[in-house]
Amino acid sequence: MDWEAVIGLEIHTQLATASKIFSGSSTRYGAPPNSQASLVDLGYPGVLPVLNAEAVRMAVRFGLATGCTIARRSIFARKNYFYPDLPKGYQISQYELPIVHDGHLEIILDDGEVKTIGITRAHLEEDAGKSLHEDFQGLSGIDLNRAGTPLLEIVSEPDLRSAREAGNYMRAIHTLVRYLGISDGNMQEGSFRCDANVSIRPRGETELGTRTEIKNLNSFRFVEKAIQVEIERQTDVLEDGGSVVQETRLYDAGRNETRAMRGKEEANDYRYFPDPDLLPVVIGDALIERLQAGLPELPAARRARFVEQYGLPAHDAVVLTANPESADYFEAAVSAASSASPKTVSNWFQGELTAILRRESVEVADTRVSAATLASLLDRVADGTLSGRMGKDVLEALWHGEGSVDEIIEARGLRQISDAGAIEALVDRVIDGHPEQVAQFRGGRTRVIGYLVGQVMKASRGQADPRRVNEILKSKLAG
Amino acid sequence: MLHDATIAQLAEALRAGKFSAVELTDHFLARIERLDGNLNAFITVTADSARAQAVRADARLAAGDATPLTGIPIAHKDIFCTRGVRTSCGSRMLDNFVSPYDATAVEKLEKAGAVMLGKTNMDELAMGSSNENSSYGPVRNTWNRDLVPGGSSGGSAAAVAARLVPGATGTDTGGSIRQPAALCGITGIKPTYGRVSRWGMVAFASSLDQAGALARTAEDAALLLQVMSGPDPRDSTALPDPVPDYAAALAKPLERMTIGVVDDFFDDGLDQDNAQRVRDALSVMERLGVTLKSIRLQNIGLSVPAYYVVAPAEASSNLSRFDGVRFGHRAEGAGDLTEMYMRTRGEGFGAEVKRRILTGAYVLSAGYFDAYYLKAQKVRQLISEDFARAFRDVDAIAGPTTPSPAFPLGQKVDDPVQMYLNDIYTIGAPLAGLPALSMPCGLVRGLPVGLQLIGPHLGEGRLLCAAHAFQRETEWHTLAPPGI
Repeated sequence: MDWEAVIGLEIHTQLATASKIFSGSSTRYGAPPNSQASLVDLGYPGVLPVLNAEAVRMAVRFGLATGCTIARRSIFARKNYFYPDLPKGYQISQYELPIVHDGHLEIILDDGEVKTIGITRAHLEEDAGKSLHEDFQGLSGIDLNRAGTPLLEIVSEPDLRSAREAGNYMRAIHTLVRYLGISDGNMQEGSFRCDANVSIRPRGETELGTRTEIKNLNSFRFVEKAIQVEIERQTDVLEDGGSVVQETRLYDAGRNETRAMRGKEEANDYRYFPDPDLLPVVIGDALIERLQAGLPELPAARRARFVEQYGLPAHDAVVLTANPESADYFEAAVSAASSASPKTVSNWFQGELTAILRRESVEVADTRVSAATLASLLDRVADGTLSGRMGKDVLEALWHGEGSVDEIIEARGLRQISDAGAIEALVDRVIDGHPEQVAQFRGGRTRVIGYLVGQVMKASRGQADPRRVNEILKSKLAG
Repeated sequence: MLHDATIAQLAEALRAGKFSAVELTDHFLARIERLDGNLNAFITVTADSARAQAVRADARLAAGDATPLTGIPIAHKDIFCTRGVRTSCGSRMLDNFVSPYDATAVEKLEKAGAVMLGKTNMDELAMGSSNENSSYGPVRNTWNRDLVPGGSSGGSAAAVAARLVPGATGTDTGGSIRQPAALCGITGIKPTYGRVSRWGMVAFASSLDQAGALARTAEDAALLLQVMSGPDPRDSTALPDPVPDYAAALAKPLERMTIGVVDDFFDDGLDQDNAQRVRDALSVMERLGVTLKSIRLQNIGLSVPAYYVVAPAEASSNLSRFDGVRFGHRAEGAGDLTEMYMRTRGEGFGAEVKRRILTGAYVLSAGYFDAYYLKAQKVRQLISEDFARAFRDVDAIAGPTTPSPAFPLGQKVDDPVQMYLNDIYTIGAPLAGLPALSMPCGLVRGLPVGLQLIGPHLGEGRLLCAAHAFQRETEWHTLAPPGI
């Protein structure tokens, strides 16, 4: 049978506030355990939560950027369950009245087509702490630094139809929250993670099949792989005449399979009710207007502008605008360049520079070659001073701090030889020195020219302009 | 005698240098030492820190930097967090809990120079109407040691009645200040919800809990409330409104006032002698120029069931933090996490607390939420509307505080419903978030009973004025229990 997958994601994105959602503790990552846990975070007797207004503004900004309805009045509820890293015995979240709802986001599919994904709601909530089961010989350690960190949970409609689409949607949300500056989106640190609801149905069927929920996926790759294997598992189950059980599953990346979580979690009745310690969140027109006016250019608009303004292919625009730092870097380099074209900048950014960044595990924001420096390098390539090959060497040298582009060219004697006279002299010397190959060429084995070009380049210590060498060699051999 | 003086009188004497704060503190500490043994009003006496505070108070008095409360001994209900001092909340669960911080009310009173003598006994986690639910044993009624003092602020009420301290803090969720004040023959006020910050008050039912003051006179209660009240950035539900000058209001003659009387409160459920004392008190009010008006609160009869859904629901969640993980009692030797939770909470909580946690978890459960919690919230809304309608015509509502004077220890412990019905007159005001006070209005078979006044939102100033006018005209509030 032909099966269709139906997928919805619940993305938990950590908001980039300086302090926690209900206390003044810092949200900085990586501090010694429990050093950022105040009495409020510890759930001491008599303490009370006070809502961080910045978290509210960030949630509204997200809502505005996704065409959501902004709730004029939303409320916090308590989700009650016992766990040692949940200090109060309840999580403060939003249940019946989320802060924003009913929006959408356009994503670009692999074939370049645009698809609109519905956003059911996004709500504010606090994160729990961490249980540490190693290092304590038979005991568990609790670190409450993360307890109370603000999260925005973004719930999509079940509009996604493949693992790849789900991955693209997650990337698009990631890009958006980075543009809005409401999250650092750091997946290693758990600032951006998701749960996936997956079901399948015969293609053409409109009823939804029974879904499973895969918890805690913390990379784009895992989201795609986990959903893919889950679709395959459900397909096998149904084709064998079985039925899918509604349950929570975990993805085991090592084995590339999903496994049912123990049933305990499922039996929970969270006994939600409005939190009497917090007033309803009331949002007025003035705040909405102010936040709307303060929205930055969003990814879709910037993507379109890159195609329009810089004449880039759509694919280049998608890659360059995937995060605000890349897009900013590109635009800064283009505006600093005098002769290098936007497409050249795009190629070098996506190619050579990205390769170095990956190798060195450095983010664009922390690059050691500034946009202006890259621009001056590419100008030297564009004006013929450097060959592409030399440009790569100079980029490496720039990365290692060997000076400015011109200083490196000078110091390494890298100036490309384009002067016809100088190249002719080298060509003559090679023709004289390789009579056998010359004869072969003239006898019809034209492929041997590659060898001769190589000899000329070698004689010039790589500095000759290979295009000119080729031309001159051809004309001399023909003559 | 020194301990018969009111806070207002003591404050004047301290400023006149008739005695020092240290002498005053020592006098009351000696009384606690001598008399509290069979009363059991205190869980913790903080004699050393009290003397240190008194020394500082004397320095402020000498420097002319004193407030009306500087050097005045007070006691805190053990529900208020006090830094460096055990804060048990009357529960075995918190027997070993030494708070690392002060409640806002505690902080404000300390800043004003009040001297904390100790922490008073209470029903466990503020759940009870007789003080028999304390893990530290029941408090006894100062008027008759075989009777209950009321609850949950029974320790504070008994201590003030026995002149062990001139004033004390309390908290009121369904009547926990007013009911013990009535049964012990003193004055107690629960202000408007949000008037006193809840920061540092161990939570029972967050939407109802409100701190207030117990003292022998309305004037003294006003002095305490003046300092305790006010906005607090640490409590989102604290009211932003500035606190009016209660003392200045009390000094003026009583303004023309209409008091509503709920006829339904005088039905068969009310002890007939008690009813007569309340009627007598209302006659005094009329003499003071107050106009009485008969009113109806249509849904007030539903207040007890609504309360016993909402309050346990919130409590069941508020008490989840007592899990043995970070503070308080933890059961020894549990084999796994679930066992640790179950045994910790099984050992740490008493029967009434468990009953309310179970009730609360039940009414919030999937499938029951709408029928209980949601319905109770709707009833609560109707009760609030009834009050709002009544306050269009009257400035305050008067009636009995309790159905009868103090009852014997042990009489109602096995009958929770009878116990809950003790709150029948006091529960309406917190459900609507309104201020209310109780003051002595006579004796029934030798035991004090209270007149309750309920006011509109932020009407505590008016209530205190009316009570003060009444107390200028009567002497019920000056009666001391036998042998005190």
